[in-house]
Amino acid sequence: MITIPYVTALATYFSYGLLFVFGHIRDLFRKITGCFSSNNLQGYAPICLGNEDFYQRRLYQRIRDCFERPIASAPDAWFDLVERFSNDSNKTLERTTRIRRCLNLGSYSYLGFAAPDEYCTPRATDSLNKYSPSTCSSRVDGGTTVLHKELEKHVANFLGKQDAIVFGMGYVTNSAILPVLIGKGGLIISDSLNHCSIVNGARGSGATIRVFQHNTPSHLEEVLREQISEGQPRTHRPWKKIVVIVEGIYSMEGDFCKLPEIVAICKKYKAYTYLDEAHSIGAIGKTGRGVCELLGVDPADVDIMMGTFTKSFGSCGGYIAGSKELIQYLKYTCPAHLYATSMSPPAAEQIISAIKVILGEDGTSRGAQKLARVRENSNFFRSELQKMGFEVLGDNDSPVMPIMLYNPAKIPAFSRECLKRNVAVVVVSFPATPLLLARARICLSASHTKEELLKALEVISQVGDLLGIKYFGAEPKKHQQEEKMKKLE
Amino acid sequence: MMNEASMNPQFEISSKMASAVLKIVNTTLDWVTLALDAPSARAVVFGVHIGGHLFVEWSSFSYFPRKVTSPLRAFNKEDELCDEWVPESLIPPITEEMQSEPPVLESAAGVHTIINGKEVVNFASANYLGLIGHEKLLESCTSALEKYGVGSCGPRGFYGTIDVHLDCEARIAKFLGTPDSILYSYGLSTMFSAIPAFCKKGDVVVVDEGVHWGIQNGLYLSRSTIVYFKHNDVESLRNTLEKFTAENQRAKKLRRYIVVEAVYQNSGQIAPLDEIIRLKEKHRFRVLLDESNSFGVLGSSGRGLTEYCGVPIDKIDIVTAAMGHALATEGGFCTGSARVIDHQRLSSSGYVFSASLPPYLASAAITAIDVLEENPGLITKLKANTALLWKGLSDIPGLSIASNPESPIVFLKLEKSTGSMKNDLSLLEDIADRVLKEDSVFVVASKRSTLDKCRLPVGIRLFVSAAHSESDLQKAAESLKRVTALVLKS
Repeated sequence: MITIPYVTALATYFSYGLLFVFGHIRDLFRKITGCFSSNNLQGYAPICLGNEDFYQRRLYQRIRDCFERPIASAPDAWFDLVERFSNDSNKTLERTTRIRRCLNLGSYSYLGFAAPDEYCTPRATDSLNKYSPSTCSSRVDGGTTVLHKELEKHVANFLGKQDAIVFGMGYVTNSAILPVLIGKGGLIISDSLNHCSIVNGARGSGATIRVFQHNTPSHLEEVLREQISEGQPRTHRPWKKIVVIVEGIYSMEGDFCKLPEIVAICKKYKAYTYLDEAHSIGAIGKTGRGVCELLGVDPADVDIMMGTFTKSFGSCGGYIAGSKELIQYLKYTCPAHLYATSMSPPAAEQIISAIKVILGEDGTSRGAQKLARVRENSNFFRSELQKMGFEVLGDNDSPVMPIMLYNPAKIPAFSRECLKRNVAVVVVSFPATPLLLARARICLSASHTKEELLKALEVISQVGDLLGIKYFGAEPKKHQQEEKMKKLE
Repeated sequence: MMNEASMNPQFEISSKMASAVLKIVNTTLDWVTLALDAPSARAVVFGVHIGGHLFVEWSSFSYFPRKVTSPLRAFNKEDELCDEWVPESLIPPITEEMQSEPPVLESAAGVHTIINGKEVVNFASANYLGLIGHEKLLESCTSALEKYGVGSCGPRGFYGTIDVHLDCEARIAKFLGTPDSILYSYGLSTMFSAIPAFCKKGDVVVVDEGVHWGIQNGLYLSRSTIVYFKHNDVESLRNTLEKFTAENQRAKKLRRYIVVEAVYQNSGQIAPLDEIIRLKEKHRFRVLLDESNSFGVLGSSGRGLTEYCGVPIDKIDIVTAAMGHALATEGGFCTGSARVIDHQRLSSSGYVFSASLPPYLASAAITAIDVLEENPGLITKLKANTALLWKGLSDIPGLSIASNPESPIVFLKLEKSTGSMKNDLSLLEDIADRVLKEDSVFVVASKRSTLDKCRLPVGIRLFVSAAHSESDLQKAAESLKRVTALVLKS
């Protein structure tokens, strides 16, 4: 639960108000001077009308150097950041040849497979030489190789489902599967904080969409009861089918979904469950099997399990796992399977090798060590940040940690101050999060050692003091004082 | 303490006022927070541009939960209705055709590949320049794999931008002669992310009826007004544009687009770009061109349809292409003026919300363009191969060629259709299967998804490559002739 102090809320509104006012004044000047300059696109409507890109031009452009920072090495625990400079107040950013070695707290490499790995990379290189970087063909034409078949079998075994289908990109997996499964006359109930790919897929399907409050199973039940009894809008005919979509870990909040309760409610009301495990697969659970393992839900209870390979497996692509009939049907109708180029063979080999490492089938216990390390790292880091007085969101065991910033001026300040001290962090603001609730998001990895975490904590504490974002006040000092007082008494 | 307060009426009134004021302040703050929360579309995750225009769209989209008040609750009818309701099954029953499996390759998808232990001639990969298995490509990929690993582990905005991506974008822009370009991590998502970034609700898009699913989905997501014109028919396009311009004389702020593909995936036809440009300039439309199958193929140096038709590239507003064809890598790119590209970096959902292209594929793209520039002979060889194959296939009784003689996709359709697309497709699949089993030539029949709106006839597609030899092409032509005669007789 986010509790924002009133003073901070007022200060944030005031800052945004000031930025908007200045933005509009500058727009006014631009209109006045624009009247005198000629436009060679006479007769064509402009690409962006009026206020459509106001946010981009006047607010985002000021902090543009905090985003899209290029790197010159693998996104491992440390990477080489390429420095950029701008001569026209962030309109264009030029690369320099200067490089800065930074601690990486932003990449999604939960198990540390981002860098060349001793087991996975030689195998990926072999498959590259054997199968070439691409098959130039879709899966139904000439793009299915033995690697793809093997990969689907491994993924299905890993998740405990009957069969799986893989695609070359995680975003397309959601956008292309939902229109196939449900169409007009169906109902999609999705969590209010779901990812854009789910939103796009839901909109593309033509079904009616309803939203329930983030992670609140009681509200989901209310919405289900109301929708089933009322039926379709206007005609009141019964719904053809209902699909409830939730995510394993919500990447902006860092919390797990309440899967056991949601699955129980869906069973009771005969709705289908769709679980998107983009961030949680491979990183959560004792053996890395995701949020089902962690929360004790039988995979057979979730109808459709979706996930991506970009985060924990260090590759690219997405998968859907389900019953054999479901996967057969998808292979026959899904446009991403029929039209898009199949997954690149070296990427498929990387995933197979990564799954083998996680399960210990490569003969070592590196997989189990990695999983234990990412869990320890996350819990240690979170508790330390909370002791220092930062407002940190998310559940225990989750490697995603948002730190609340609130004020728009603190967003670039946090990012730039950390960069000066060689720590690279990710900051997110409106419109990805609500206006008031800007945050910095930390993603930990199994390749971070204890010393690196301590260094990061030191830097964040320094910057936090400088910016005044320790909203909760450092607790241990208070506790220590109380204990001292008690001892004296 | 409570007694004291109740005994003092002034204290009571002032405390009541204080609590009332506090309540008002609380509700105002709640209302303000709610009002500002509404347009932020909590479904969105990463930093993306949602402008004022989309504010209204998202909030009216009701992507934030509302209070549930059901009148049926009062009568306890809800329980009954919930118990009675029976949903449809998630998927329809599985039929026989759904169970067919495509052939599995056991080696690289070059011109000769191994299926089921046998070596076959491969006409199913869009490997136009024969770059699959090229040593330079494999070298650059290997060094990129050893330096960067496989994935990039992050979207472009959050440390997923690797220097090879920026180099690749610059190389593509230099090759085509445009100011800038932007890389996407998947070929199919290029068009269906680029279109909603520019076409919004209320805009008008005139599009060919034979475009592929990616473009159709992008148009559906953009919620613009869509008008189809007859496949590759300039007359039909002219009539549609004239009709539209006559009806909307005063709409100055309306954005207008024409979307065409250079070489159509569904039929192999080539769009007449010079005439389209003339029409576009007359009626003030913007052109979006999809050059997936013509990049690296058409034009004397492989720069695509613009070079082939002699049109300067800055007349086309937005050019997109998937790199999974001539360049033998994965992903896609979009190129155009600086304004167009910059706008996509914040508003294109497939770019902002998705992990970036794996670095080894970007370095493969750079090497592929280098190889293409050094060896323009590949393009002439491809043209010669296409002409040869055309000659061999043009006299098959029962099948006619529906594609343009210069297109690298040779599309054979049934001369006399059986009347239903399903039967046509099963006949063609039969031919393709027998050609593979009996003569070791790998061709495929074009399959359609149930979501695809395209109504063009299905057919057998052959992708010609510059690496095919004459004997390969002759073998394919003879085998198709023989098997078609057998299948169509029965």
